[in-house]
Amino acid sequence: MIAADARVILEVQNLTASVNGVPILKGMNLTIKAGEIHAIMGPNGSGKSTFSKVLAGHPAYEVTGGSVRFEGKDLFELNAEERARAGLFLAFQYPIEIPGVSNAAFLRLAYNAKAAANGQDELDPLEFDDFIREKIQVVEMDPAFLDRSVNEGFSGGEKKRNEILQMAVLEPSLAVLDETDSGLDIDALRIVSNGVNQLTKPDNAVLLVTHYQRLLNYIQPDYVHVMVEGRILKTGGKELALELESRGYDWVREGVGV
Amino acid sequence: MSSSIQAVVSQPYKHGFVTDIESDTIPKGLSEDVVRLISQKKHEPEWMLEFRLKAYRHWLTMTEPSWANVSYPTIDFQDIVYYSAPKPKKKLASMDEVDPELIRTFEKLGIPLSEQKQLANVAVDVVFDSVSVATTFKEKLAEAGVIFCSISEAIQKHPELVKKYLGSVVPYSDNFYAALNSAVFTDGSFCFIPKGVTCPMELSTYFRINNEESGQFERTLIVAEEASSVSYLEGCTAPKFDTNQLHAAVVELVALDDADIKYSTVQNWYAGDENGVGGIFNFVTKRGLCKGKNSKISWTQVETGSAITWKYPSCVLLGDNSVGEFYSVALTNHHQQADTGTKMVHIGRNTRSTIISKGISAGKSNNSYRGQVKIGPKAEGARNYSQCDSMLIGPHCQANTFPYLEVGNPTAKVEHEASTSKIGEEQMFYFAQRGIGSEEAISMIINGFCKDVFTQLPMEFAVEATKLLELKLEGSVG
Repeated sequence: MIAADARVILEVQNLTASVNGVPILKGMNLTIKAGEIHAIMGPNGSGKSTFSKVLAGHPAYEVTGGSVRFEGKDLFELNAEERARAGLFLAFQYPIEIPGVSNAAFLRLAYNAKAAANGQDELDPLEFDDFIREKIQVVEMDPAFLDRSVNEGFSGGEKKRNEILQMAVLEPSLAVLDETDSGLDIDALRIVSNGVNQLTKPDNAVLLVTHYQRLLNYIQPDYVHVMVEGRILKTGGKELALELESRGYDWVREGVGV
Repeated sequence: MSSSIQAVVSQPYKHGFVTDIESDTIPKGLSEDVVRLISQKKHEPEWMLEFRLKAYRHWLTMTEPSWANVSYPTIDFQDIVYYSAPKPKKKLASMDEVDPELIRTFEKLGIPLSEQKQLANVAVDVVFDSVSVATTFKEKLAEAGVIFCSISEAIQKHPELVKKYLGSVVPYSDNFYAALNSAVFTDGSFCFIPKGVTCPMELSTYFRINNEESGQFERTLIVAEEASSVSYLEGCTAPKFDTNQLHAAVVELVALDDADIKYSTVQNWYAGDENGVGGIFNFVTKRGLCKGKNSKISWTQVETGSAITWKYPSCVLLGDNSVGEFYSVALTNHHQQADTGTKMVHIGRNTRSTIISKGISAGKSNNSYRGQVKIGPKAEGARNYSQCDSMLIGPHCQANTFPYLEVGNPTAKVEHEASTSKIGEEQMFYFAQRGIGSEEAISMIINGFCKDVFTQLPMEFAVEATKLLELKLEGSVG
């Protein structure tokens, strides 16, 4: 599925970042091309989630060095909204609840914000209704969820499905899934993974940030990166994930002399 | 009693009782003579003067309440002019003469140009002539038998009705500001819906008088006879400036058997500048009496203005099976202070009340909900549901909830729910990550938060209220 001449979607070079003055990322390097699925694994506190938030432009994180190019542009020239509209999507580990705002209205606003920024037609509520009814099938969601308030009273699994539904609506060129598998039972994990697999195309890419190998049984990565203490220490194929599952992370540290 | 009042009360009779004052304004200060003079200026009948004097004498014995969670400099009640003849606002020749800040606000609110002109008191052309609109309006109401006029006109033309109901819901002795209002009110609305009549249109103060400065002490009285119904709109979303700092209005509603009164307010009085300087003190007494069985009174308010708001639209549920409702959005920003809420007094059997209060605090403001639910010993089967939600925007504001429950009947059911939420960095980031800008995000969050109240407002009011909140919160986040 990976074409040799595929375009580079994301190029991270020697990225460093800190939060409240504490350095977390200490020289990240990563290149993601169209059609690829990458997984970043690592122990707690290794900086995985920080990396995904830095990419998405969370205001609490300060970039202190290095560069990131996204779709040929300097990512740090764009604010969080502009990054989203340019095709960078983050599926949240803890999706936010928005009482009183219907899921359908929220999704349409997000869709139209992106469409407007990219010179595409915005959809009115009726057109959007047709559009969204097709999309909800990706995550096997009951249409009743569209009328409910965004994530309010949703179970953990429903929230994560809702994140993937947003991904389906926004069709990002790079989707970063931050611990999307956490808190999911087997059925929900299957539905979410199934959704992601349906959305994976030759012209987009997915970055999975995860703690556990089990997600990778459902979504097969082309590359697995091991992140420890703010850096990628080892990169391999999907078999690396299995090795991590059985051996833990310490041997990776020892292997590179950390 | 403040020392300045004392000084005046005890000072010798100085000015005498002057009948032929040429000036339109009487001197500053309050005394029995001033009360007499106001009544005389308005050519009021003797009973009205008696009402005012009783109120004034009672007021002298009262002290300013201090229990509200607000603070403000001492008000010098002798430094206020209590009567000036209604004078026309200065007419402007074109929109060019209107304060650009006001125009910007109109545009943000989406108020049509014709209406902008009317609000800013710019001379309007024939097509949009407000007089003709008002005339059509009056004819339609007269056909239905509805009386809708100023309270002063009602005292002259419908004295028997005013005499019967004025002060019947908010007696002059009710509280300090109600007593003051009863003594010196000069303006306000009167509305009477006869038996069996459904008022053919929403009544709005906007249509009543617009070419006069509104009084500082407004008095409103609405009476709905048996099986009648009316929806009344007070205020408007356009910013309202006033040179009078203290406003103490009284609103009384009376609903007889099977009558239904819906009273909606959108209030956007000048709140002072960003440092809290200037701004109106709004100390209001609003109360509805569900006098008859199966009657219903519903208050809906969107409060965004005033430097200080002290306001508790309440319902006294006297008739069996009567219903009281209170839906409120109170927004405070910068240095605004609001202490607002409601009282539901259940007296009759199977009376029901609902309280939905949404407080939004931003900037350095202080927003308190204060609500009392009182179930009397004879209120068999009474029910109340209260929900009080607060939303905080930014780290320097405050929200408080003071619920008071008093249940005197064991068959009553009272439920109270409260919540506090924050618009914080994480929420804003979530919206941003979905490509939604901060202004749109805030408006969406606020609308979602206020939905249960906005759905109670008449349609066009709801749209304007939404925009008003957006405008008021501009620049509060991020």
